[in-house]
Amino acid sequence: MKITRGVVITEPGSTALEETGSWRTFKPVIKYEKCIRCMICWNYCPEPAIEKQPGENYPVANPKLVKMEIPVINYRYCKGCGICVNECPTKAIDFVREEK
Amino acid sequence: MVMMMLKGNEATAYAAKVAKVQVIPAYPITPSTLFPEKVSELISNGEMKAEFIPVESEHSALSAAIGAAATGARTMTATASQGLALMHEVLFIASGMRLPIVMAIGNRALSAPVNIWAEQQDTIAQRDSGWLQFYAENNQEALDLSLIAFRVAEDKRVLLPAMMGMDAFVLTHTMEPVDVPDESLVEKYLGPPEQKYPTLNPSQPSTFGAFVFPEHYMEFRYSQFVAMEHSKKVIDEAFEEFKNIFGREYRKVSGFMNEDADILLISMGSMTGTAREAIRKLREKGEKVGLIKLSVFRPFPKEELVEITKNARIVAVVDRNISIGFAGAIFTELVASYNNIEKKPKILNFILGLGGRDIRVEDYIEIYNRAKEAENRGVKEIQWINVDEDAVYEVEGPL
Repeated sequence: MKITRGVVITEPGSTALEETGSWRTFKPVIKYEKCIRCMICWNYCPEPAIEKQPGENYPVANPKLVKMEIPVINYRYCKGCGICVNECPTKAIDFVREEK
Repeated sequence: MVMMMLKGNEATAYAAKVAKVQVIPAYPITPSTLFPEKVSELISNGEMKAEFIPVESEHSALSAAIGAAATGARTMTATASQGLALMHEVLFIASGMRLPIVMAIGNRALSAPVNIWAEQQDTIAQRDSGWLQFYAENNQEALDLSLIAFRVAEDKRVLLPAMMGMDAFVLTHTMEPVDVPDESLVEKYLGPPEQKYPTLNPSQPSTFGAFVFPEHYMEFRYSQFVAMEHSKKVIDEAFEEFKNIFGREYRKVSGFMNEDADILLISMGSMTGTAREAIRKLREKGEKVGLIKLSVFRPFPKEELVEITKNARIVAVVDRNISIGFAGAIFTELVASYNNIEKKPKILNFILGLGGRDIRVEDYIEIYNRAKEAENRGVKEIQWINVDEDAVYEVEGPL
């Protein structure tokens, strides 16, 4: 651990060092075969812990969507708030109890 | 060096002048109002170059002081009683951010009942805020200890804010001859106001007062604890250097006629002069009594106090404050200082002078007599001096 006197932070980006994933009790899990890649979850995630990634190699709900980006949850930062689970229009996100 | 007739508040204002304090945010409150008055007068006369910030409350005064100190400016303010109480949450922010602000306090009782007179409750109530605490016996000490406070607070081994307490009216509004040192000597003592810690600087943006999770918070608090422990040595060095440059000697704990004393009185602040007079009178009668004066309350000089009191039979601690539900603060901490020490004197607590009630030589003689009684029989550990117990009996019933 490294601290400074008086909590003075001279380099930007220190919040990213705080891995809020440890706060989770429930964990969102995306079922890609039901995901229509609308990115509503990505839009609503307050952290943000949902990242856009190329979707070619993921299961797909409709072959027309294969070239679109998919949402991927970064569990280092996902606090398990469940907003994405609630907002998903196709119910493609499961909310399962965290097992640590 | 210039000898001037100064009130305590003015002495601390001159301390700000000779220390070349750069920013003074202040809000007036009795009995500290003369400090902002005198400082703004010195600035408008062109005798002092500083930014005076009139604010809308004490909370804002200390908040502005934090902003100023965070830029690296030498910063001072003053307050008392309810004003200090209003600063309460900001005190912890200043010490947590490790900003070497110096604040002069006119020690005054807290409401209710409303009372503007001398009592040390206001600063004692802030003893856990992470600030160093000095207490002056007279106006010369008020000026000197303000300079010493800057030297210790700004030391790289410390970087903690400091309060300098002086009793309301007895010091704040009483004129005494005060030696105001030359600015050049003070500059030699303090060094120029310079940035000794990371500061707000547009060319190097930084985050101040950041949010900290449980994973890190304790380390910052421990860091303050360690710095306060380090300050004990730094204070001794600052006293020594002060004596070398200005010729006046200070100690955290100093004794008067204490060498062979069976009974020791402990005192802090302006009433120490009265205590000294009482000790002289008792010595003339052949009583083996001495006096210990406390000039620093935070860090609490427990090693020195134990060393100087350990051979006495009885120690009578005089507190001008009371923690309702236990005892006076100096008593409490002296007793705690003797924890794990086998041989200890009998320690008694005497509460007096609250809300500006006069402290007379006779009161100290009364304290001595009551302490002496304890040699032969058990006496109450905590006793109130010069208080009408019958009046309280009427409303509260028996204790």
